[in-house]
Amino acid sequence: MKYVDEFKDVKALQKILGRIREVIERMKKNGARFPLRIMEICGGQTHSILKYGIHEALPKEVEFIHGPGCPVCVTPIETIDLALAIAKRSNVIFTSFGDMLRVPGSDENMFETKAKGADIRWVYSTLDAVQIAKENPEKEVVFFAIGFETTTAPIAAALDMAEKDGVKNFSLLTAMVKVPPALELLLSDEDCMIDGILAAGHVCTIMGYEEYIPLAEKYRVPIVVTGFQPAEILLGILRCLENLKEHKTEVSNAYEWMVQKEGNPEARKMIEKYFEVIDRKWRGIGTIPKSGFGLRLEYSRFDTEKKFSEMPNIPERKVNPHCGAVLQGKMKPCDCPFFGKECTQQHPIGALMVSDEGACAAYFQYGGLKK
Amino acid sequence: MCHAVPGKIISTNGLTARVSFNGAIKNVNLIFCPRAKEGDYVSVHVGIAQAVINEDEANEVLALLTQAS
Amino acid sequence: MKSFECPTKGYKESDVVTMAHGSGGGAMQRLIHEVFARHFPYLQKDTDAAVLSCEGGDIAFTTDSFVVDPLFFPGGNIGSLAVHGTINDLAMVSARAEVMSVAFIIEEGFPLSDLEKIVQTMANEAEKQKVRIITGDTKVVEKGHGHGIYINTTGIGVRFGVRLRGGAWPSPKKVSVGDRILVSGDIGRHGMAIMSVRENLPIETEITSDSAPLKELVIALFEEGIHVSCMRDATRGGVASALNEIARARGVYLRINEEKIPVSEEVWGLSLILGIDPLHIANEGRFVLFVPKEEAEHALFVLRDYEEGKNAEIIGEVMREYEGGLVTAITLLGSEKIIQMPEGEILPRIC
Repeated sequence: MKYVDEFKDVKALQKILGRIREVIERMKKNGARFPLRIMEICGGQTHSILKYGIHEALPKEVEFIHGPGCPVCVTPIETIDLALAIAKRSNVIFTSFGDMLRVPGSDENMFETKAKGADIRWVYSTLDAVQIAKENPEKEVVFFAIGFETTTAPIAAALDMAEKDGVKNFSLLTAMVKVPPALELLLSDEDCMIDGILAAGHVCTIMGYEEYIPLAEKYRVPIVVTGFQPAEILLGILRCLENLKEHKTEVSNAYEWMVQKEGNPEARKMIEKYFEVIDRKWRGIGTIPKSGFGLRLEYSRFDTEKKFSEMPNIPERKVNPHCGAVLQGKMKPCDCPFFGKECTQQHPIGALMVSDEGACAAYFQYGGLKK
Repeated sequence: MCHAVPGKIISTNGLTARVSFNGAIKNVNLIFCPRAKEGDYVSVHVGIAQAVINEDEANEVLALLTQAS
Repeated sequence: MKSFECPTKGYKESDVVTMAHGSGGGAMQRLIHEVFARHFPYLQKDTDAAVLSCEGGDIAFTTDSFVVDPLFFPGGNIGSLAVHGTINDLAMVSARAEVMSVAFIIEEGFPLSDLEKIVQTMANEAEKQKVRIITGDTKVVEKGHGHGIYINTTGIGVRFGVRLRGGAWPSPKKVSVGDRILVSGDIGRHGMAIMSVRENLPIETEITSDSAPLKELVIALFEEGIHVSCMRDATRGGVASALNEIARARGVYLRINEEKIPVSEEVWGLSLILGIDPLHIANEGRFVLFVPKEEAEHALFVLRDYEEGKNAEIIGEVMREYEGGLVTAITLLGSEKIIQMPEGEILPRIC
């Protein structure tokens, strides 16, 4: 498959690995300290790294720290409980991406709620949810709007379609988040051990990478816009190491065929039209200021929480501190005392094990092998 | 978060394109890539094109990778 | 154990049946073991068909139910699935299907023309495979209670083939360390064909279901003298499920090579868009088989002689004994990862 398979070619991967080894040798001669810790922030990248064994193929001088890149994992449990409560209402068709259906709320997950009679439907595209609203005018269709900026744009497109087509029975339960504020939180932590960052290529396809420039300068870390296929990730790591060797703490783009500095202007405009930046609570981390997207006041009619009368009162829940530590890259999944024992993919305790993009799930599937 | 896949535009009709992913064809919305045309490769996330792939850049990188060292 | 407060109250198995219980993965296995096997003491649960010793030889006996949605899909319909599925369950214990029963549960309002098409298909497929449908049952349920039509079958067959050392027949228990693992063809077609015609996922594709009878391939293997130690058709839950079931039943560590798994271009493309692993997708005309190392190339040669087996590959081997079973795959870059039993319904993902 074009622009996928070529980036998985073993010879190409070996070549980039060779260059990575060369850069490391030169850095050693210059007295650089190792290991160097590189953080990838996107769950899709975490998945790729572990699925293709990149973490094992890299020289031991480079280690990964897995960042909070899984929007499913960072959705607060109270939001899931709210989603389930709404889904149970008899006049509601609750639509969601497939990813969210297995994540447990405090009592049950969406599959179980569906089994007990709630009309819950998975959709591939946000636009399909609007289509369901058109086909069921007597019902209220709610879409569980989770995701990073990459997905916020398609969510805005759904509103655009709903507006243009006069759809009145469609609303969003919003939980979208932004990457840069979370990144800043991690970088500003005094225990931060991150030497370099791989920025999520698909987030930057939409938003560009201007927001990362002040972060690179302030915290003096190289940030490299990176793709997802194995060769793309290795190229991102190579660029990051080259920048570290040259002490270049700036943003560079190792995904030029996909990402422009200003991103996708049409997508950004649409996000800005419907959404404003708000504070958002991240599961396992807490509230991060200006880290989420919420509907603008003039579009409240698309906001489930404002549209529905009598929203259920969902009590706040404490979160397992280990989940939080793994999310923030302070602990590796395999260092969590419950990993692989009480918490497995068959019996998940936290969201990072349920979601396929969660660091714990990725580790369990691909890295949990002990000879 | 970012499950986007490259596909080739086979035909367009206004802001809808038929995009081929190795032969499997899906309708994709071009609202964010309104100037995309037949023959372009686009990166698709949840049924919507996010970007038109700059093939010159991609091929340049790939050529470097496949060149003998 | 719990020194932290966990809001999800730890894991608890659902108290209702969910879609996950029907998906061929871990949840279904638990349902079979914890509910059915617990109450049915004679249940032969680790194989696709049960075998009864009767005077004159072994009879194989199987039952299956078909609830596919949509009923008509590229490459077949619920009827062809029912006939192939029954024949294949018997073939997997090296039995030749002789007779079948078929029971229909039909929803009020179901078009007779559709019923006619399904029944005609069943008759055609049974005729081709020389299987007689000799008894049946019909029930009609009220509108809203039947999803069009459900089909249940039973099949009876007679054992054929090469006995292994000691007079044994193929089964997970006969898998040996060193055996090679083969898959009979390219995977993921059926599941993707179904997905492509689901109304909430319109996709144009040439993918057709691989639903097919496997009897001829199995007979060919035996006629060539291949000592197949175990076979399993890779239906719901895909190859990942089939391999995990065998690994668990026998207590062995299986290792496959990811790059060797045959997947057609279109299935690969679709699996990327939807974010679904081809190893988890249902097949209805593909099986995995275990053969002694020295017979693997020969087995491959035999399979590839058939249309349904033309993309067969040797994909791995049985490494050693391992309590509880383990399935791993070697990746692109040479690292090893675990191939899990899939959990829950296989759904498209955004992440």
